Amino acid sequence: MRHIISILMENEAGALSRVAGLFSARGYNIESLTVAPTEDPTLSRMTLVTCGNNEIIEQITKQLHKLIEVVKLADLSEGVHIEREMMLIKLLAKGSHREEVKRLVEIFRGNIIDVTDTSYIVEMTGTCDKLDAFIGAVHEDLILETVRTGPSGIARGTKGLSL
Amino acid sequence: MELSGAEILVQCLKDEGVEHLFGYPGGAVLHIYDELFKQDEVQHILVRHEQGAVHAADGYARATGKPGVALLTSGPGATNGVTGIATAYCDSIPMVVITGQVPTPFIGSDAFQEVDTLGITRPCVKHNFLVKDVRDLAETMKKAFYIATSGRPGPVVIDVPKDVTDPNIKIPHRYPKSIKMRSYNPVKRGHSGQIKKAVELILSAKRPVVYSGGGVVTGDGAAELTDLVREMNLPITSTLMGLGGYPGTGKQFLGMLGMHGTYEANMAMHDCDVLIAIGARFDDRVTGKVKDFCPDAKIIHIDIDPASISKNVRVDIPIVGPVKQVLADMLNVVKARKSRPNREALEQWWSQLQQWRSVNCLKYNANSGRIKPQAAIEMLHKITGGDAIIASDVGQHQMWVAQYYPFDKPQHWLTSGGLGTMGFGLPAAMGAKVACPEKDVVCITGDGSIQMNIQELATCQHFNLPLKVMLLNNGYLGMVRQWQEFFYGSRYSEVTVEAQPDFIKLAQAYGHVGMRVEKPEDLEGALTEMMAMKDRLVFLDVVVDPGENVYPMIMAGKGHHEMQLSPDCELS
Ligand SMILES: Cc1cc2nc3c(=O)[nH]c(=O)nc-3n(C[C@H](O)[C@H](O)[C@H](O)COP(=O)(O)OP(=O)(O)OC[C@H]3O[C@@H](n4cnc5c(N)ncnc54)[C@H](O)[C@@H]3O)c2cc1C
Ligand SMILES: Cc1ncc(C[n+]2csc(CCOP(=O)(O)OP(=O)(O)O)c2C)c(N)n1
Repeated sequence: MRHIISILMENEAGALSRVAGLFSARGYNIESLTVAPTEDPTLSRMTLVTCGNNEIIEQITKQLHKLIEVVKLADLSEGVHIEREMMLIKLLAKGSHREEVKRLVEIFRGNIIDVTDTSYIVEMTGTCDKLDAFIGAVHEDLILETVRTGPSGIARGTKGLSL
Repeated sequence: MELSGAEILVQCLKDEGVEHLFGYPGGAVLHIYDELFKQDEVQHILVRHEQGAVHAADGYARATGKPGVALLTSGPGATNGVTGIATAYCDSIPMVVITGQVPTPFIGSDAFQEVDTLGITRPCVKHNFLVKDVRDLAETMKKAFYIATSGRPGPVVIDVPKDVTDPNIKIPHRYPKSIKMRSYNPVKRGHSGQIKKAVELILSAKRPVVYSGGGVVTGDGAAELTDLVREMNLPITSTLMGLGGYPGTGKQFLGMLGMHGTYEANMAMHDCDVLIAIGARFDDRVTGKVKDFCPDAKIIHIDIDPASISKNVRVDIPIVGPVKQVLADMLNVVKARKSRPNREALEQWWSQLQQWRSVNCLKYNANSGRIKPQAAIEMLHKITGGDAIIASDVGQHQMWVAQYYPFDKPQHWLTSGGLGTMGFGLPAAMGAKVACPEKDVVCITGDGSIQMNIQELATCQHFNLPLKVMLLNNGYLGMVRQWQEFFYGSRYSEVTVEAQPDFIKLAQAYGHVGMRVEKPEDLEGALTEMMAMKDRLVFLDVVVDPGENVYPMIMAGKGHHEMQLSPDCELS
């Protein structure tokens, strides 16, 4: 099963490689991983998507906890939470496709943030499913490049991952 | 006071109470060695290979409970130390390893003797640090010792670039008295509700058994364990790493469990209804086939590392906490309660255990006309009164020590269990002898293993460390030969140690006493003579029966109840 794990850790060089190393050394999957400093510059927040049965997820969270730099973590999939991913996608936009693509972007509430006479760059945020759906909706010959951030997640309500 | 990085580093060692440092110099650590030269509080032991330094620091830690400390130079110095670091990591041994690094401006430039020490050691340390600024050095040292020795212990590496120890850059120095880290808070107490539940379960058990491990030894819980086990009349078995945590000659001790465990210990595991795992991690050498592991048992597991719990085997009552405190709390609960264990059931269980014991699974044919390795170890036990610190290498001889040298006290058995590192024995014995000069220290080794770090005989001569080396010489890489005999149709592929050196001459060349014994009737005399030479290192080459195998044995994929017993024992 897919799990989305949120990690608060010391913002120190090397912390990220410890997390990545843990996953490769123990043979766990990483589907995606995003990380950036928080409002407190000494802390980074990471969102990691992985999959595995309950035993594996339990070991993953315990092993992550053991890393000295990890301050706190939560398996967001255990409760209600919100996930968002951002995508930049460069599309071929020529002739009749220009209008068609523009309409599709509007339907998916994306923004065209760069225009040339042959291409658009579209910025789109949403759940992973929505981004997948957009990619599915565009004719594959029109896609020049995609960049996705991987999802960031946050628990709903006042409870959250903080010190 | 203004100090340079090198001065700070040495001062921190003193402040941590470090008396001995095992190391090997080189370019990146020259400033530190210059500081060591100017003082005599910290004694530096110059080894002959960096792997030896790290194993020696490890042996020092195992024998004392204090963190071992090693100092290595950058590049090849650090990489030579890696096997030692991994060995300590696998057995959760507290250790601080300081490695030199190229100066910070050169890092990443493929400089001379540069390796990514942090990257190379990351998977085999509890934690590691790169000190980029001399102002961080003291705090990093404090953190390193704190992390290495608290919680589940382990090795910590501090990588120190040469410019950080520059003697010309001085800064104000203050060593922090204590340290708090928001991201690292090892558990100090076990949950009292869980402890009560565990006691209830043990009291209700009909066929309980204690399975104790290395956590009891490193966690200083031997006294508490012994009290609890005696108070409740529980049978107890131990892992290879836990030996000595409960007296090996005690009436309630069933011997080691697992792949080469005793019949009674493994049968007790298979038939028990309550298993009490204490500071043990359900290693595959212990569980055998996991599906058949303790099929009828409810399992209690005391461990300081939450990640050890339900990792390989699901448990019913986990207690996360330090063994020493948890066991003391359990004993208090037991004593405060009126009810006692189920006496009748326990008596029945004990009589079953006696029956299994009477199989005499460790019996061997002592009259073959050759020295049996088992007999040599039993004789050593007799002569040392079981009081020596024994370091082993890896192989058959290691298993025989575990089976035939009952350890009554913790910190007397130094062996590489998790990584199984051949070459560990001699340097570990050396570290123990440095730590405990008044104790007898014996390295029991094989003709394969001893040659992996034999250069340390020179260190023993240099620092006058009169330990003893007892080589059980079977002319084979015996443990591998045994597997080839059992599983590969006796096709002995590359396990014959031909062209052996003359170990007597070798010992003498290093300035020690070399002896050989070949006949069973000479064994006692030779061992007595060896142990009597208190102030000399004696290397005794014991020529043993080459074809001897380690029994009992649980073959791969089998359960505890499916042991292969020795042809010599008495199961009818
Ligand atoms: C050739 C060979 C054969 C072997 N055969 C066998 C065999 O037959 N039987 C056998 O038992 N082993 C055998 N071993 C050893 C085996 O590989 C493991 O090293 C060993 O079983 C692990 O012991 P342990 O479970 O006590 O764990 P350790 O590695 O000693 O781990 C200790 C556990 O205690 C915990 N702990 C540490 N400190 C504390 C504390 N203060 N409080 C609470 N918990 C703490 C740790 O978190 C950890 O989970 C063999 C090894 C070799 C090389
Ligand atoms: C560094 C290392 N290399 C290889 C092995 C694999 N191995 C395990 S036991 C063994 C044989 C050990 O032979 P010896 O030291 O002579 O001891 P014996 O088994 O004969 O008692 C080998 C090669 C190991 N454990 N460690």
